[in-house]
Amino acid sequence: MSFVTAHDIFHAYGHRPILERVNLSVAEGEFISIVGASGCGKSTFLRLLLAEERPDRGVISIDGAPPAREPDRARGVVFQRYSVFPHLTLEGNLVAAEGLGTRWGRLHGAARRAARERARATLERIGLAHAAAAYPSTLSGGMQQRLAIAQALTARPRILLLDEPFGALDPGTRVAMHDFLQEMRAETGMTVFMVTHDIQEGFKLGDRVVVFDKPRWDPQFPDAYGATITYDFDARHGGIPFQTLKEDTRVLQSA
Amino acid sequence: MRVINRHPGPALRLALALAPFALVLLAYAVASDLRLAVNPADKLLPAPSTILDTAAGLFTEGDRRTGRILLWHDTWSSLLRLISGVGIATAIGLATGLCIGLVPHLRAGLAGFVGVASMVPPLALLPILFIVFGLGELSKIMLIVIGITPVLIRDLSQRVLDIPREQIVKAQTLGASSMVIALRVALPQILPRVIGAVRLGLGPAWLFLIAAEAIAADQGLGYRIFLVRRYLAMDVILTYVAWITLLAFVMDWGLRALSRRAFPWMEAGL
Ligand SMILES: Nc1ncnc2c1ncn2[C@@H]1O[C@H](COP(=O)(O)OP(=O)(O)OP(=O)(O)O)[C@@H](O)[C@H]1O
Ligand SMILES: [Mg+2]
Repeated sequence: MSFVTAHDIFHAYGHRPILERVNLSVAEGEFISIVGASGCGKSTFLRLLLAEERPDRGVISIDGAPPAREPDRARGVVFQRYSVFPHLTLEGNLVAAEGLGTRWGRLHGAARRAARERARATLERIGLAHAAAAYPSTLSGGMQQRLAIAQALTARPRILLLDEPFGALDPGTRVAMHDFLQEMRAETGMTVFMVTHDIQEGFKLGDRVVVFDKPRWDPQFPDAYGATITYDFDARHGGIPFQTLKEDTRVLQSA
Repeated sequence: MRVINRHPGPALRLALALAPFALVLLAYAVASDLRLAVNPADKLLPAPSTILDTAAGLFTEGDRRTGRILLWHDTWSSLLRLISGVGIATAIGLATGLCIGLVPHLRAGLAGFVGVASMVPPLALLPILFIVFGLGELSKIMLIVIGITPVLIRDLSQRVLDIPREQIVKAQTLGASSMVIALRVALPQILPRVIGAVRLGLGPAWLFLIAAEAIAADQGLGYRIFLVRRYLAMDVILTYVAWITLLAFVMDWGLRALSRRAFPWMEAGL
C-alpha cells in the first residue's frame, strides 16, 4: 500500500546534521506538500528522493524497488529555475524529454516525427502552441515553469518532485499554475512531492502537508541537530477546518 | 549631471571611436615629416605616401626573380599554420574541457595538471619543439597548440561546470546517459563559449606564430617582417603589421558574427 517509503533517514553535510530520523510513507497518487523554515533541509530531502544524493543512513524506496543510486526516469523534477534547456526551442525541449533516453540522445525518422507531433499536442494543451519555435528565455517565468512541468511529465515518471516550482511567480500566475498542476495530476494520477513556502498553497494542492523542523534545539550550537518531520497534516476536504493531526507522527519516537 | 550618466549620441559616438585612429595617424605623419625635413634619406619613419606606394607594390607586384607575389604567399602559409594550430587546440580544448567539467574522476586527475601546464611559458619550449619536430610546419603549429590549449581547457571546463546543476539532473531524470549529457546538453551550451574562447586565444596564437616564423621559416608574415628588418625597410614592416592587424580583426569580427547567427538562444537570453 505504501508506494514511496523513507525509512529512518539521516543526512549530514560534513559534521552538520541536516536531516535526522525522517520517516515517511506515501501512497501511490498522493500529493505531499512539504513546508518548513528556510535552510531546514527540504531541498535536501527532495535531493534524496531524487537519488541525486544518497542518505548517510536509512533507505528510500519507490514501489519496493531497491534504493536508486542516481536520478532516473522514475523521478521527474521541476526546480525553481533552470529546469528547461535554454538551447532548445519549446518543441525541442519536449522532444528531448523523449529523445534523451535513447543511445545517442536523439530520435530519428518516424519516431522523431511522432514525438514532434506529440510535443505539438502537449504545447497546444498547455497553451504554448504559439511559441513552439521560440526559445525558453523569451518566455515569462510562469510559461517556463509550465513547460518544465510538461517536460517532466512527458517522460512519465513514477513520482514528480517540485522544489518551490512557483516560488518566483506573481500571485495571479500562481493560481493559474495551480489549476494547471491539478489538471495534469487528475490526468496522470501522479505521486507528487512539492516543497513550498506558501502554506496556503501547500494545503490547497496537497493531500498531506508535512512540516520539517528541528525537534531539538541547542541555543549554543544551532547546527547541532538536524530537522525531521514534526507534523503531518491531512489536507484533504478543503484543508484547514478539517485538518487532523495524524497519530503516527514520528517526533517522539526514539532512534 | 554625473559623467557616468552622460551618453554620446550616435554621431558623436562614431567620431569618438574614430578619433584615436586619426590621432595616431596624425602623430605619425607629423613625426615622419619632422624627421624627413632634417634628413630626406631617413628610413625610420617613411612618409605615409611612401608606405602607400610600397603597400600597393607589395600587394600587386611579383618578386623580381620568381614572379610570385610574396605577400600573398606569406599570408597563405601563415594563415594555414594559424588555422591548423587554433583548430587543433580548439578540438583538444573542447573534448578535454567537456571531460573535466563532467567527469569527476577525470577532473580529479587532470585539473591540477592542466593548471600547472598552463603556467609553462610556451615560447621557452620553442627550442625543444624545433629539436623534436624539426624546423618544418609541425613545430610552428605545435607551438600554437601548446600555447593556447591549456588556457582553452581551463576556460571551457569552467564553462561546463557553470552549467546549472539543475539541468544536468533534469537530463538524468529524462534518461540521458553521460555521453548524451555531454553531447546534447553540455556541448551545445558551451559552443558559444568556445567561439568566445577562440577569439581570446587568437591574440596569443598570432604572437606564437610570428615568434616561430621569425626564428625559423622560409615563408610567412612573421618571417618577412624579420627578414626586411635587416634592411631597415620600415615601409614594408608597417605594411605587414597593418595587414596582420586587419587579418586578425576580420577573424575576430567573423567569429563574433558567427556566434550571433549560430546561437540565437544566447542572444535572446542576454
Ligand atoms: N551540498 C551541500 N554541502 C553542504 N551544505 C549544504 C549543501 N546543500 C545544502 N547544504 C546546507 O544544508 C542546509 C539545508 O539546505 P536545503 O537547501 O535543503 O534547505 P531548504 O529547506 O531547501 O531551504 P530553502 O527553503 O531556503 O530552500 C542548509 O543550511 C544548506 O546550507
Ligand atoms: Mg530549498
